[in-house]
Amino acid sequence: MEQFLQQIASGLANGAIYACVALALVMIYVSTDHINFAQGEMAMFSTYISWQLMDWGMSFWLAFILTVLISFAMGVLIERLILRPLHNAPVLSIIVVFIGLLAIFNSMAGAFWSYLIKEFPSPFPKAEFGIAGVIGPHQLGVVLVTLIVLGLLFVFFRYTPLGLAMRAAAQNPQMARLVGVRVDWMLALGWGLAASVGAVAGIMVAHIVYLEPNMMGGILLYAFASALVGGISNPAGAVAGGFIVGILENMVAYAGNQIEKATGVYIIGNGEKLTVALIIVIFVLTVKPAGLFGRVVVRRV
Amino acid sequence: MAASSKKWVLGVIALAVLVPLLQPVFPEVVSDYRLFLVSTMIIAAIAVLGLNLLTGFNGQFSLGHGAFYAVGAYTAAILMDKLNVPYWATIPAAAIVCFIVGYLFGLPALKLEGHYLALATFALALAVPQILKYKWLEGLTGGVQGIVLMKPEVPFGLPLSEDQWLYYFCLLVMIVLFWGAANMLNSRSGRAMMAIRDQYLAADTMGIDTALYKTVTFGISAAYTGIAGALSASAIAFVAPDSFGIFLSIKFLIGLVVGGIGSLFGSVLGGIFYVLVDNSAQSLTQFIRNDLGLPFDLSAYTVFGVLLIAIIYLMPMGIAGGLYMAYRKLRGVRA
Repeated sequence: MEQFLQQIASGLANGAIYACVALALVMIYVSTDHINFAQGEMAMFSTYISWQLMDWGMSFWLAFILTVLISFAMGVLIERLILRPLHNAPVLSIIVVFIGLLAIFNSMAGAFWSYLIKEFPSPFPKAEFGIAGVIGPHQLGVVLVTLIVLGLLFVFFRYTPLGLAMRAAAQNPQMARLVGVRVDWMLALGWGLAASVGAVAGIMVAHIVYLEPNMMGGILLYAFASALVGGISNPAGAVAGGFIVGILENMVAYAGNQIEKATGVYIIGNGEKLTVALIIVIFVLTVKPAGLFGRVVVRRV
Repeated sequence: MAASSKKWVLGVIALAVLVPLLQPVFPEVVSDYRLFLVSTMIIAAIAVLGLNLLTGFNGQFSLGHGAFYAVGAYTAAILMDKLNVPYWATIPAAAIVCFIVGYLFGLPALKLEGHYLALATFALALAVPQILKYKWLEGLTGGVQGIVLMKPEVPFGLPLSEDQWLYYFCLLVMIVLFWGAANMLNSRSGRAMMAIRDQYLAADTMGIDTALYKTVTFGISAAYTGIAGALSASAIAFVAPDSFGIFLSIKFLIGLVVGGIGSLFGSVLGGIFYVLVDNSAQSLTQFIRNDLGLPFDLSAYTVFGVLLIAIIYLMPMGIAGGLYMAYRKLRGVRA
């Protein structure tokens, strides 16, 4: 039983990370209709920046805040410099550019900081506390930090004029432009926010998966699955999807483990995590493309 | 095909057949290593052609063609390793297996468009190495270690080196495959494929069985790339799961984009190009490290990434298309 609870707890912690990356994907998707294949590598790159800042002697949280700001600038720059000119380009061009960004970030991180695996510190105290042994302090901290970030984003989008303008620009760009919203800049801001949220996810997960240029590959795949499960056009759905997929991932591994213990037959385990995500992605895309909370798009032809 | 371009193609083929025979005359220029490198370029060209049939001529995206390459390579490797099948017989076997796998993947892909198909195939590419390591398949695939094979032997006692023979074998396969692709594209079926790419609804209304064409194209495309995988298994004489990750699919994409989307000739250029960059990145890194003294490891993927973005901006039709446009412009100015 305790093991079961542990699995749920670690599923929640993973889910918080997936929720963040999925939210970043959805923020870009709703405003530009693009799926950012480079989201994971951008987050990884941000995480390296924070590592570098800490290496230069900054404290964890100072590096954290600076990195989030740098990532924001990076996201805005990418949108303004690289994606803006391709506004009306065909889908394939956009996908190719994203894959190009992915390759650049991945190889640059390897070039600057080498491909050797680095340890990444946890800002949370090591002490055993709370719900004895079920959830570790780092996992609890991850969940808390992501919930705070998500809460801040909610407040921003719901209660500030800028957040309202950004939502308007995403929902109906022409009308928004007519009432004086600078739609172009709203898209760039959306990119910046997405990059920041991704950076938070990267910094939080680096302690668990260790820092290396390919650390986000699996996480990005799970974030895709989360965004799809929650409905890729729905930010709140993406967050819910993140937690659902996080718990599901650990439950599948746990169930596989139990089956192996009971019958001695290995079916599924930690080694099949990405395959599970692949199955979720293809299943949702073909059976229920709108996800659990998404909006069904009806197109006139 | 116009008569003049047919002459060109035949000329290039004659050159490709004759040059390796000059090895005794210029042992430095036509070395075994270079021939092997050209063989890998040929394999790359076939893989890119497979992707091009799907994306360039049928308008379906795939970021996961490395998966089919892996299936082809493993089919060939398992047949050679477990059943002692000769290397040349693994090519049709890999083609059939990959056609079936591609066709089956094409079925759910029917429901996906644009971004979503890219997403599903991207997910496939990320998951491939793990699937290859799956415990139940370990007996066949050799798990993380992979499978070590023998290089193809020169048949009939021909006076050729192993690398020369490999080169001729790859060249033969490539010529057959390109000839097949050119004929297919020139036929009713090829026009149907392109009609689906250009105007899906109109093609459907004209009575083209779009679902059938799309799934079969997926299968053929996968078979082409799978044949390239099988050839690579014979050429490198080794397969291992971690060489079939997402970056393999990115290489095919760079080949596609650089060569030109929807260009047969471009597929050859694209294949040559990505092998060249991949191979010269190492020496470039050494140059940066030793001669410029910078602690910077330039990876081929930095070059690939920058090029992918640059080409989308500057030459949306790829190098083949870009050269052709430049040629037409020059001719136009002169006329």
